[in-house]
Amino acid sequence: MNSSKLDVDQDQPNVEEYLTEAHLDGILQPGRKLLLRDLLDISPTLNEAASAIVDDSFTRCFKSNPPETWNWNLYLFPLWCFGLLVRYLILFPIRVALLVAGWVIFLSLFIPVHFVLKDQDKIRHQLERVLVEFMCSVFVASWTGVVKYHGPRPSVRPRQVFVANHTSMIDFIILEQMTAFAVIMQKHPGWVGLLQSTVFKSLGCIWFNRTEAKDRHIVSDKIKQHIEGHDNNPLLIFPEGTCVNNQYTVMFKKGAFELGCTVCPIAIKYNKIFVDAFWNSKKLSFTMHLVRLMTSWAVVCEVWYLEPQTLQPGETPIEFAERVRDIISMRAGIKKVPWDGYLKYYRPSPKLTESKQKSFAEAMLRRLEEK
Amino acid sequence: MGNTSSMLTQYDIEDVQEHCNNMFSQQEIVSLYKRFCALDRNGKGFISADEFLSVPEFAVNPLSQRLLRMLDGLNFKEFLAFLSAFSSRASIRQKIEFIFKVYDSDGNGKVTLEDILEVLRDLTGSFISEEQRQQVVGQVLEEAGYSKDCGLTIEDFVKILDMSGLKMEVEVPVD
Repeated sequence: MNSSKLDVDQDQPNVEEYLTEAHLDGILQPGRKLLLRDLLDISPTLNEAASAIVDDSFTRCFKSNPPETWNWNLYLFPLWCFGLLVRYLILFPIRVALLVAGWVIFLSLFIPVHFVLKDQDKIRHQLERVLVEFMCSVFVASWTGVVKYHGPRPSVRPRQVFVANHTSMIDFIILEQMTAFAVIMQKHPGWVGLLQSTVFKSLGCIWFNRTEAKDRHIVSDKIKQHIEGHDNNPLLIFPEGTCVNNQYTVMFKKGAFELGCTVCPIAIKYNKIFVDAFWNSKKLSFTMHLVRLMTSWAVVCEVWYLEPQTLQPGETPIEFAERVRDIISMRAGIKKVPWDGYLKYYRPSPKLTESKQKSFAEAMLRRLEEK
Repeated sequence: MGNTSSMLTQYDIEDVQEHCNNMFSQQEIVSLYKRFCALDRNGKGFISADEFLSVPEFAVNPLSQRLLRMLDGLNFKEFLAFLSAFSSRASIRQKIEFIFKVYDSDGNGKVTLEDILEVLRDLTGSFISEEQRQQVVGQVLEEAGYSKDCGLTIEDFVKILDMSGLKMEVEVPVD
């Protein structure tokens, strides 16, 4: 019973704190009499609604940015066409071949290791780790990933979690090629789902369905078990819970920050010079997203392993999550917005509307008292 | 390359501009058209209530349900006409007329006590009782010299609200 209560507020970020009530300035001033025009003047509220219709910070987080056109120029255009041919007719086939070869090698080693060494957990885990890291390097090579890693390489030890900002599933691949992380992820359909339930399972990855409240419960238990193990792969969590376009960060879910263990932030920043790495899962399947990356010149990105953080005395998990979000967005140079990424899937809670209603009601009540 | 914005020709834009009484510049219309297409997710040519509600900042607005009655199923021209009250080129009178329309839900040209109470119900929710609401509105109306029973006309609204300080302007981001 107790834990289910915990679960309810586990995913309620503190959006309210961000919503300003500037529109009530006029009628909230104590000592000023509420006049008919104050009651009838709903322009501030209307203005907010219209501003949201014209432009809003939430939609901006998930907008893929069109590439800047540079080829509309008499002598650059042929060059661009030539590049197009190279990318699609030479690079792409080579990369597909590389990927296929990588898969063949990977599977022909992974399957025997997985079944032959069934009883020798330690060696098997070791080998599987190496193999998955190899497989992810092949993936990164297939889009000529130019990745610069800064900071110390994560080691395997209990009671720490890694948290990173999330742009695309390739974040995971890029981090995985250096260190075999166990990751918390959304259950995907298709071949990605198949990979999840076979290969990634052996790494200790945990997945769930975003829309199942029950799953969240099971996941938080599994996480707790995982971080206690001494030989488990380091745990990686994308606390945003959804892919954002790498120019904004949405609110962090506080789950990762109330485990009572060290949180190691990882900041990932993509350079959009050749391709936008943002995966808009509502528009593109992951396969098409990979094809897009594989037909580009290169994926350029930087990864920073940042200073480990712990919960400070008197700090709530939410404040802690915000502090870590600050650190990551500062390092990666991305903007913070006060929205919960799950709003892509859900409507905002009525609580937010209520807080606005409350202050208006208070102003009206004050008028009654004055009488 | 052919992106959506270039699909509006000068003719289209001038036509649209006329429809919204030149409240928006051509640049603004192009950028509002992009926004319209983004909101119209399944490309039906109009925006449904559900699509408006997918913007969280709009969905949390206390008046969103009321505004949706005016917004549901708007095509691009109607969408602009709706927003034109928020243009910096719109006169105070036009803005007040818009506010009046929000109140006057049955469109009979009169805002009754019940209309006012309905809007206030949206704005204050359950944080104030129905009686208290009626009491405040009654007091305030009387003080301003109106009786509870006769409805307010648009002229009354202009008189009440037309005292500068009415801030109703939304800037359209132009790139």
